Amino acid sequence: MAGPKKTVTASSQSPVSAITSAGQDLVKSYVDNTPKRVKIIDTFLLFIMLSGVAQFVYCALVTNFPFNAFLAGFGSTIGQFVLTAAFRAQVNPSTRSEFTIISPERAFADFCIGSIILHFFVYNFLG
Amino acid sequence: MTILKLPTFAPSTLTNAASLIRILALAFIAGAAISSRLFAVINFESIIHEFDPWFNYRATRVLASQGFTEFWNWFDPTAWYPLGRVVGGTIYPGLMATSGVIYNILHALHLPVDIRNVCVLLAPGFSGLTAWATYMLTKELKDESAGLLAAIFIGIAPGYISRSVAGSYDNEAIAIFLLMITFYIWIRALKDGSVLYGTLAAVFYFYMVAAWGGYAFITNMIPLHAFVLLLMGRFSHRLYSAYSAWYAVGTLASMQVPFVGFQPVLTSEHMAALGVFGLLQLVAFVETIRNLLASKQFQLMLRWFLIAAGVAGGLIIVGLTVTKTIAPWTGRFYSLWDTGYAKKYIPIIASVSEHQPTAWPAFFMDLHMLIFLFPAGVVLCFKELREEHVFVIIYSVMASYFAGVMVRLMLTLTPVVCMTAAIALSSLLDTYLNVDEPANPDANGVKETATSGAETPVDGTISKKKKKGVAAAAAAAAVTPSIATKAKGRSSAENGIFGIDTRILVIGNAIFMLVMFVLHCTWVTSTAYSSPSVVLASRRPDGSQNIIDDFREAYYWLRQNTPQDSVVMSWWDYGYQIAGMADRPTLVDNNTWNNTHIATVGKAMSSPEEISYPILRKHDVDYILVIFGGLIGYSGDDVNKFLWMVRIAQGVWPDEIKESNYFTPRGEYKVDDQASEAMKNSLMYKMSYYRFNDLFSGAPAFDRVRNQQMPKEGPKLDYIEEAFTSENWIVRIYKVKKEDPLGRDLKTAHAFDGGKRRKPSKPISRRKALAA
Repeated sequence: MAGPKKTVTASSQSPVSAITSAGQDLVKSYVDNTPKRVKIIDTFLLFIMLSGVAQFVYCALVTNFPFNAFLAGFGSTIGQFVLTAAFRAQVNPSTRSEFTIISPERAFADFCIGSIILHFFVYNFLG
Repeated sequence: MTILKLPTFAPSTLTNAASLIRILALAFIAGAAISSRLFAVINFESIIHEFDPWFNYRATRVLASQGFTEFWNWFDPTAWYPLGRVVGGTIYPGLMATSGVIYNILHALHLPVDIRNVCVLLAPGFSGLTAWATYMLTKELKDESAGLLAAIFIGIAPGYISRSVAGSYDNEAIAIFLLMITFYIWIRALKDGSVLYGTLAAVFYFYMVAAWGGYAFITNMIPLHAFVLLLMGRFSHRLYSAYSAWYAVGTLASMQVPFVGFQPVLTSEHMAALGVFGLLQLVAFVETIRNLLASKQFQLMLRWFLIAAGVAGGLIIVGLTVTKTIAPWTGRFYSLWDTGYAKKYIPIIASVSEHQPTAWPAFFMDLHMLIFLFPAGVVLCFKELREEHVFVIIYSVMASYFAGVMVRLMLTLTPVVCMTAAIALSSLLDTYLNVDEPANPDANGVKETATSGAETPVDGTISKKKKKGVAAAAAAAAVTPSIATKAKGRSSAENGIFGIDTRILVIGNAIFMLVMFVLHCTWVTSTAYSSPSVVLASRRPDGSQNIIDDFREAYYWLRQNTPQDSVVMSWWDYGYQIAGMADRPTLVDNNTWNNTHIATVGKAMSSPEEISYPILRKHDVDYILVIFGGLIGYSGDDVNKFLWMVRIAQGVWPDEIKESNYFTPRGEYKVDDQASEAMKNSLMYKMSYYRFNDLFSGAPAFDRVRNQQMPKEGPKLDYIEEAFTSENWIVRIYKVKKEDPLGRDLKTAHAFDGGKRRKPSKPISRRKALAA
């Protein structure tokens, strides 16, 4: 890289390569240390996020005309995303210790009820 | 060491007995809360109070008789004549929907209850539920005994009763219950990290949004709590789960209320919640990454990323506000921060009596001893400082400020004062009712818990239970939260109270205060807060009660003696009552959404007759209604409100109406000989004092509200004529004359009519004019 090599001390790398290597570490650590079920949840999260981004881009670039419909759709993605993320935190072994009362089964039931209530409002707002 | 030998029971017996006593105590508290709100019904009758409740009652009648769809689509052509009002889209329907549901359930059970009684008793009923919700919330903060104390406090504290007596059928009646239950569920959601409770909090938040404009308090309290926890470095995935579920579902739900609409994503009041939501997402994301990675350098960079993202998010919100994509703060909110704002820019808001700043005595009047237990309770919260204590501390700071700014917001302060005061008092009782003694035993077994206060037996039993918990170290200890056990552990080791005399002294004092509190609350409730203000009461010299029923007398006169479509003009205060009781179209009412329309009425009231008359005719006004208290000394009359009419009119027509013209040259507000010309010529003055002199048969007339002697020569009216005056002259109704059939202006016509008769006397000339 174009970074001035002389100012860098021996032990550290240039910032960009540090980020790249850290990124590689991150991916590796994620692939190695994440249980399969959590990975499935993450895939779902990714899908919801892409869907939300698509809706937002459509709203920003094309039209927001039925604003309530946009809000309902976008709210549905956001709501589903955070409910799923909360579910992920509740079942993920690395964060489960925070939740003393909630078992993974209870977490799934909570997730389902939350989603049903959310989509009740979404459906009502869709118009 | 103990000073008193307590009988020993099995732990399960104690637990069962304690829970039975708790349930009984809660039932009695709910009963006390309901019955102390019934003074108004007993002293007067089952009637809707004040102003706004009359509209709510009218809307509920429509809902009950025509069903929900009709109510939702209701366009009311009689309000804000000639504009009309889309009622379904401009109200918070929660209150009406609640009574409608209760009404339908009762009818389904073949209990033919009148809708009016449902409306009258709704507020007391919900106060019982409020007591329960407060109990639950305080239980989370300390323990059951504090919860019971908090429940009894909120049940009878005048600060809450003032807005929830029987007949006070207003949004606050159910809103305080919803406030407390939403906060309780939020705390539960946060403690457990439960999505279910978070969603439930959102559902109750939705109910609150549908019920009261004060929902913005929750909208900002919960994000503030989350934000403070973040700043304290207390982020947890529990916080993330609870807050995200609440915000995502709650915001979407709140937009279902038509009156709220898209505001939650477009106005500044709701942006704090959105900002904290975004921040939590970022923090949670960073935490997840941090779990996966050990590199210190990377963590540092993540922190910078976090800060940059937060600043960028803040800038986006500010940018959107500047470019008006997000609506700026509304006037009502500015007036919360700058108390002089409303007076300068929006007199219509400043003119409302419940928007005035709170006077110091009001705090004592409404909260009695709780107000000085309040700081002690907050300090005790600092000692614990778990998540829920942080919440109560923030709540008490915010609510104290708001209660100081606006009398009306005393209502939001009352619950937190009750909770913290209960914590303080319960800690005191815990300490002094503890039979363990730190050093040598010296007491002879005297029974200390005399059953003199209503609360004492309950507390005694519960603290007994705790002591057994120490002795047996069993199930009872598991029920009580860690505070109690910790305090206990301390007291039995080093600190504690010696002897029985100190205990009796302190406990006796506490009981005395509690008894005084109950007496004070009952007294304030019965004397100050139980007047329907539609019906007034006074005392005759012999002490018997005299009911002054002028308002209903006048409204029923209108209902029975005027055509159904005749338009009545009055100051906006009486709009809802006229619509509800007289069933006649009004120009302005308590909704106050259209400032210009109100200013028009203000101008008509404060201008001379010949200027007012075209305004009246243009708005098809048939009758004008004024409230006049000068005869019996009713101080809330229109002459006292007159300056607000002038100010509001001046805001729209600064060239024509000037406030200073209505004062004497020395700057006094007078109605006697020295009254200014503008004052004497104003329609309001003339209508108020028309024929007032006749009552005093030659002696000079005397206004008992303003304590001023009236001029010898009373005002004369040319363009309107007296139609009705109630028994005590509180309500006076005038009929607006039609244009003269011969094309003269009404002043000349009236002079002509008067001149034809040798002895002009007003009642005769009036009949003459009617005949003509």
